[in-house]
Amino acid sequence: MKDGKHITMGIESSCDETAIAVLADGREILSNVISSQIEIHKEYGGVVPEIASRHHLNNIPFVFQKALREANLGLTEVDEIGVTAGPGLAGALLMGTAFAKAVSAASGVPLVGVHHIQAHILANTIEHPDLEPPFLSLVVSGGHTHLIEVLGYNEFKILGATRDDAVGEAYDKVARVIGLGYPGGPKVDRLAKEGDPHAIEFKRVYLEKDSLDFSFSGTKTGVINYLHSAQQRGEEVKAADVAASFQQAVIDVIVDKAMWALDRTGYAGLAAAGGVACNSALRAALAAALESRGKKLWIPSPILCTDNGAMVAAAAYRKARLGLFATDRLDCFPGLNIETQLYKLDE
Amino acid sequence: MDRIILKNTEDTAALGQRIADGLKPGSIIALVGPLGAGKTTLAQAIARGLGVSERMSSPTFTIVQEYESGRLPLYHFDVYRVSDEDELFEIGFEEYLHSGGVCLIEWADLIDDILPEETVWVRLEYGEHEDERICAIE
Repeated sequence: MKDGKHITMGIESSCDETAIAVLADGREILSNVISSQIEIHKEYGGVVPEIASRHHLNNIPFVFQKALREANLGLTEVDEIGVTAGPGLAGALLMGTAFAKAVSAASGVPLVGVHHIQAHILANTIEHPDLEPPFLSLVVSGGHTHLIEVLGYNEFKILGATRDDAVGEAYDKVARVIGLGYPGGPKVDRLAKEGDPHAIEFKRVYLEKDSLDFSFSGTKTGVINYLHSAQQRGEEVKAADVAASFQQAVIDVIVDKAMWALDRTGYAGLAAAGGVACNSALRAALAAALESRGKKLWIPSPILCTDNGAMVAAAAYRKARLGLFATDRLDCFPGLNIETQLYKLDE
Repeated sequence: MDRIILKNTEDTAALGQRIADGLKPGSIIALVGPLGAGKTTLAQAIARGLGVSERMSSPTFTIVQEYESGRLPLYHFDVYRVSDEDELFEIGFEEYLHSGGVCLIEWADLIDDILPEETVWVRLEYGEHEDERICAIE
């Protein structure tokens, strides 16, 4: 507690980012430190020989200190420490959970295990006090594409998920083939603004009738086939049209399926989450579709969409209020299932 | 070296089953081919052949996905985003290789110098038609 406020720390290291944040009362961001966005080199005068984004072991102590310093508080004032325990890369998750357990053991601050997707979804609760379960969530990121019913802060039902590429990944791969470099999701979004979204009709993959699952691999391959055949015919390709048309094909399917899920479940609105929720065209298309139905759209600010510690703290705050704490045996679970395995985090 | 023409997803499923039937604890399959050649599709077919029942998706972002529901544990890698051997070491790559499961590695050509001799190389290329692929196994 500090100044009568409940303090939660959140630690995220499931993939590329090492990120630690401190929240007050589950909503007020006191600090939100993300390793790729700080210049540790400069700040620590070359203490760390090499900072790569995935070198969590090197990053984590500095990110931790910076998160506490920016929040202007000491560890004894923290009420609980949340940590992403899965899903993700085993070696990366392990750094976060081992660090969190060590800090918890040394300080006596209770530990909360958090599911990465749960954290993305509950990032919405930081800025949107009107959002309470149950609601529908669309999670779109580099590694995930899900339509999820949020039945409670720790209870989820997957309505649909990708069967191959995640949407952000399809963006990155298209960026690669049209020469924008990798990762290039945001670059496709920018380039698409200059192109005609109906110049090329790429395949929209809806799978079986009524399915809420996604498949983006075929659309990606469609873009590659289009580029190959244009090349063989010696035709010039307008990259902006390819980007815009690809983006339109992907967004059409996502928005349609999200609306089907909303019609089926009858919730008052949709909470979007994940890095691709930053995509301007997707935001606009979702907003238009929801408005025409008289439904609400919740989306976190861009900094809370990509992997960050604040979302983990937000989820940990909710779990702590439900009394769901982890023991010192908390492990990491690379394949953690959000529907059936959340109890593993609290055992 | 076998060269197989895959005309459709049924052909891919059949090849996946054939490859899966030959897998033993510690098997390593290197999957190589350009973007969109069907590496993940073939990996999924091999997984189904092993009896994996979980939902599968591409491991590009997470680098490795683990599946425990089949005849053998399956570790599905995409090493495209790995920048060097140190990083592979950091994610515990060697432990996966020697864990008694099966490793399927997409973009394995990027790390060919650290893969063991007995690695089976599966190369996918585009065929004459849009949906056709040619698969070479060595």
